[in-house]
Amino acid sequence: MTYRIIHRTTYEYSGPVTVSHHSARVNPRFTDVQSRRRFTLNITPEPAVRKNRTDYFGNRVCFFAIQEIHTRLEVEAISLVTLKASTPPALALSPPWNEVAELFRDPVSPEVVDPYQFCFDSPLVRTAPDLAYYARASFPAGTALLLGVANLNQRIFRDFKYDPVATSVATPLEEVWVKRRGVCQDFAHLAIACLRSLSLPARYVSGYLRTHAPPGKPRLVGADASHAWFSVYCPSVGWVDFDPTNDVLAGEEHITVAYGRDFSDVSPVSGIITGGGQHEVRVSVDVEPLSEGEARKQEWADEE
Amino acid sequence: MTDATVKSSAAAQRAALLARYRVEAGRYDELLAGNGRVRPHYETLISELESLGSEELKRRSDTGRRLVHEQGITYNVYGDPLGMERPWQLDPVPFMLGAGEWRKLEAGLVQRATLINRILADCYGPQELIRTAWLPPALVFAQPDFLRPLHAGRPADGNFLHFYAADLARSPDGQWWVISDRTQIPTGTGYTLADRLVTTRILPEAFRECGVQRLAGFFREAQATLGRLAPRKTDHPRVVLLTPGPFNETYFEQAYLARYLGYSLCEGQDLTVRDDRVFLKTLSGLEPVDVILRRVDDDFCDPLELRNESMLGVPGLVEAVRAGNVVAANALGSGLLQSPAFMAFLPGLCGQILGEELKLPSVATWWCGQKRAESYVTEHFDKLLVKPAFRSRLRGAEPSGPMSAAEKAAFLRRLRFQPHLWVGQERVEFSSAPAWTCEGLAPRPVALRVYVVATPDGYRVMPGGLARVAPESGGRLISMQRGGAAKDTWILADGPVEDVTLLSVAGQEVELRRVGNNLPSRLADNYFWLGRYAERTDSTSRLLRSTLLRFSPESTGHALPLLEPLLDTLVAQGQLPAAAEQPELRTNAEALEAALLAAIFDPAQSGSLRSLAGQLQRLGMLVRDRSSNDLWRVLRQLDDRLAMPTSSLVMLAGDAIGVLNQTLLQLASFHGLARENMTRAQGWRFLDMGARLERAIYLCTLLDAALRSPEADNPSVLEAVLEVADSAITYRSRYNLVPNMAAVYDLVLLDDTNPRSLLFQLNQLAKHFEKLPRERESALPSAGQRVLIECVTRLRLLDPRPINRLSSRWHDSDVGRAITNTLNDLPRLSDALAVNYFAHSAISRAR
Repeated sequence: MTYRIIHRTTYEYSGPVTVSHHSARVNPRFTDVQSRRRFTLNITPEPAVRKNRTDYFGNRVCFFAIQEIHTRLEVEAISLVTLKASTPPALALSPPWNEVAELFRDPVSPEVVDPYQFCFDSPLVRTAPDLAYYARASFPAGTALLLGVANLNQRIFRDFKYDPVATSVATPLEEVWVKRRGVCQDFAHLAIACLRSLSLPARYVSGYLRTHAPPGKPRLVGADASHAWFSVYCPSVGWVDFDPTNDVLAGEEHITVAYGRDFSDVSPVSGIITGGGQHEVRVSVDVEPLSEGEARKQEWADEE
Repeated sequence: MTDATVKSSAAAQRAALLARYRVEAGRYDELLAGNGRVRPHYETLISELESLGSEELKRRSDTGRRLVHEQGITYNVYGDPLGMERPWQLDPVPFMLGAGEWRKLEAGLVQRATLINRILADCYGPQELIRTAWLPPALVFAQPDFLRPLHAGRPADGNFLHFYAADLARSPDGQWWVISDRTQIPTGTGYTLADRLVTTRILPEAFRECGVQRLAGFFREAQATLGRLAPRKTDHPRVVLLTPGPFNETYFEQAYLARYLGYSLCEGQDLTVRDDRVFLKTLSGLEPVDVILRRVDDDFCDPLELRNESMLGVPGLVEAVRAGNVVAANALGSGLLQSPAFMAFLPGLCGQILGEELKLPSVATWWCGQKRAESYVTEHFDKLLVKPAFRSRLRGAEPSGPMSAAEKAAFLRRLRFQPHLWVGQERVEFSSAPAWTCEGLAPRPVALRVYVVATPDGYRVMPGGLARVAPESGGRLISMQRGGAAKDTWILADGPVEDVTLLSVAGQEVELRRVGNNLPSRLADNYFWLGRYAERTDSTSRLLRSTLLRFSPESTGHALPLLEPLLDTLVAQGQLPAAAEQPELRTNAEALEAALLAAIFDPAQSGSLRSLAGQLQRLGMLVRDRSSNDLWRVLRQLDDRLAMPTSSLVMLAGDAIGVLNQTLLQLASFHGLARENMTRAQGWRFLDMGARLERAIYLCTLLDAALRSPEADNPSVLEAVLEVADSAITYRSRYNLVPNMAAVYDLVLLDDTNPRSLLFQLNQLAKHFEKLPRERESALPSAGQRVLIECVTRLRLLDPRPINRLSSRWHDSDVGRAITNTLNDLPRLSDALAVNYFAHSAISRAR
């Protein structure tokens, strides 16, 4: 399946901004099932400094700085991405979860050092005994790891209410836990905290989700949003992505942009401004499925 | 006196000095060996102290305290209800170490710094030590101080650790142990230097006789190291000291070091990143910065890439560092190795990396991230000191003091849930060293912080250090936050002592410079307000003095109307409550007297002289790295003079007048020092502009109040005006008659030869404006200059004579209107300056 994604972030400031520095992680990664065929990043006003690099987790980051006085900033990312159809892993055949957890207790073998990095508390995700207790209900002794995770994924979907006004980017996980409400970012953080509380490596994935128009109605352009889910490490299988907001395994409709320990590692567009007063931010995302013919037409070679 | 009597009196002195020196059993004592004899490296010091005698020592100890106070050596204590700033506690008796023992310590410290630097380079680079299991991965990955954005960056000279400090303690068997490593911001070198200066002033003879190694060489190495880090090829690399600001606990030493080393002291907002380069915001624009000696924690340095709620740092700094355009010392991320958990692995790593045995052992440490260590710590929980392995932000709660069984069980559950977050350490038995107490010398537990700097020939150790003693003899905690005292550390030299100074080597070619416009904007702002507050304090003192002199509690009722203009001015300036709020002040002499005394001494009243002096001292603190010690000392004394206990507010008006006279003298010396000792650079200019502007505002306020009074033409009101405006003598020498209204107003408003007149202030301001760096950019006058032209022209066209023909409503006259208009215009002048020169707008986060 091929998608064209237009992800536009617009800042309007009430006062003039004299200088601003930003980082954008909006360039979709290559994965086993995903390839990026085009990526363009348009920034207005034109940044004085603009550089691309790869961060610690292998995500592409664009750093830019605007040094002229401005009251509006627009960051538009256009990506063309193809996802391969793949068979979901056989959940029941995965190793027992407690054996996996044992792998990540000291001393840890050098082969699993990479996933081991995702076992610890990170700025927005802190493990806790209550979370371990909550998670344990999905993991009776000997349960196959991925079956347990699928069950946890489903329980979060059922126990927590999707509520876009209950939380903000800054809401701590503890509050989400008490209110039992949140959005995709909160559910991903919660699942990660639960798994890490059981010594299982879990990471945060930011990306996009294809949305379907209600039957008989046309697809609304720009009505999508960026999405987030989590991924768990399973020996011999690798990282497996689950989406607790929709109670599914991430599949051909989940486009991966970046991953890290939590949202703070992969925030799509962030910045520090000097001056500016109050500001307002608008984000619009449009995920459009393309036929192969259309995709070819739009495919360019202008990387970044 | 015969030899015998000298000896016996020396013995008596010794007896007095060490009479109460009782070494605690089981402790190593630095002064006395097991047989009760003074150790050789203390002998010269002790006999010098003996020859001074207890009385003299006490006197010198008091002198030391006074020097600390005068120089404002302070330490900020967090959450202190008595006000944050605390005087530094300095014990006058130095801590001594012999040359041989020091050489061994030196070798151990150099090895340790080298090792830590190599470990840092690996963690932020190939991570071989992790892949080969020499370092447990969790020790790095679970640490909040492992800064991933800095990974794979190589510091300019390959060093992560330019400065390093270690805290040492000596166990009962005489062995030194490292109890903590300071790898990020090794604080205390400034205090060490300040301690040395005070100690050598109170014990000059002993210092000379003992042959003590000097500290200046270390600071010269530090300067050279920082200079070499500069990425730009220039003879004058710009090094700045980045401070978290005046509320930081060691702000004193930051300002002190900045001045000693000749660096600009700046806060995050004074710096900006453009084109991946760091610049300092100065009056004449942006100036490139090459090296940042930072006192801001790793993760606070860049809100864009590191901890993004921090507003202390510089957005874009990490990218500028990555681009190689600026160097931070120590390198960002070096805080990683500060974790006590690393201590458990240093012996193995030392063998692996350097192929050597670790020379200086660390206090025995078990990191609970490893199964065996975890079991050991839980089994020996009561004997060990269990503390967080990593710097934790949210969960500070470490076990302190004895725990109940239930508390212990709860704590152990926490530990078992996340064992890698905890370490157990053997409890340290500190050695004891002689400290000065009211009963002579007494042994106190002592810890020593020592400092290391990177040089092209490897690490060098400062021959000295910051020794700290506990307040009581049995103490286990030695902390300046909890009442400990510092000591100078004297390392004895093997041979003759080399003299070093920080000034450039003689004979070197020097490019003559005479500048400058490169004053950081924030400092210009601080100087401006220092000038304003100094003048406000001055005018307020004069006004209060004139009021008190005219005020007699016996003469109620009829005398008060003549005081009205003075009281109204005090109300306008915030020294007295408005008449509407407390009407009794205008009728009840006792109430007024109390209010006047409060306006002088009450620290809680925001406009009082006392709180003005406090503000002055705070502003003085902010420019300390740029101003002379004398200036600071004057401000300090001013504050002391007004610091009366609230109970003594019951004081006679006559005493208060004495205090006001003293205050005015102090201020005169402040202005004198500023005038005679500051170069006519921009700092002085802003100070003077602040003073002129304030004086103009004060004068207009007073004259406005005087003209509104129904007694405006009363000779005693005119007399008061002359007195407050400090023009009475001039008036008398010119007119020699009862004050005449037009003549008085001419003298204080329009006479441009009178340094106290309004026109004089405005003319001076206009001269300053012409010299400001950005005023000549346009052909037309700047906003500030326009205000001045308007005000000056208005005054020049004014004829004061018609006012003599009026018998009421003086403030509706031309003179009255000129004053009111000037009073309205002056704040615009201040705004114009702020917009053009003090703009350091706040940063915020765009989500």
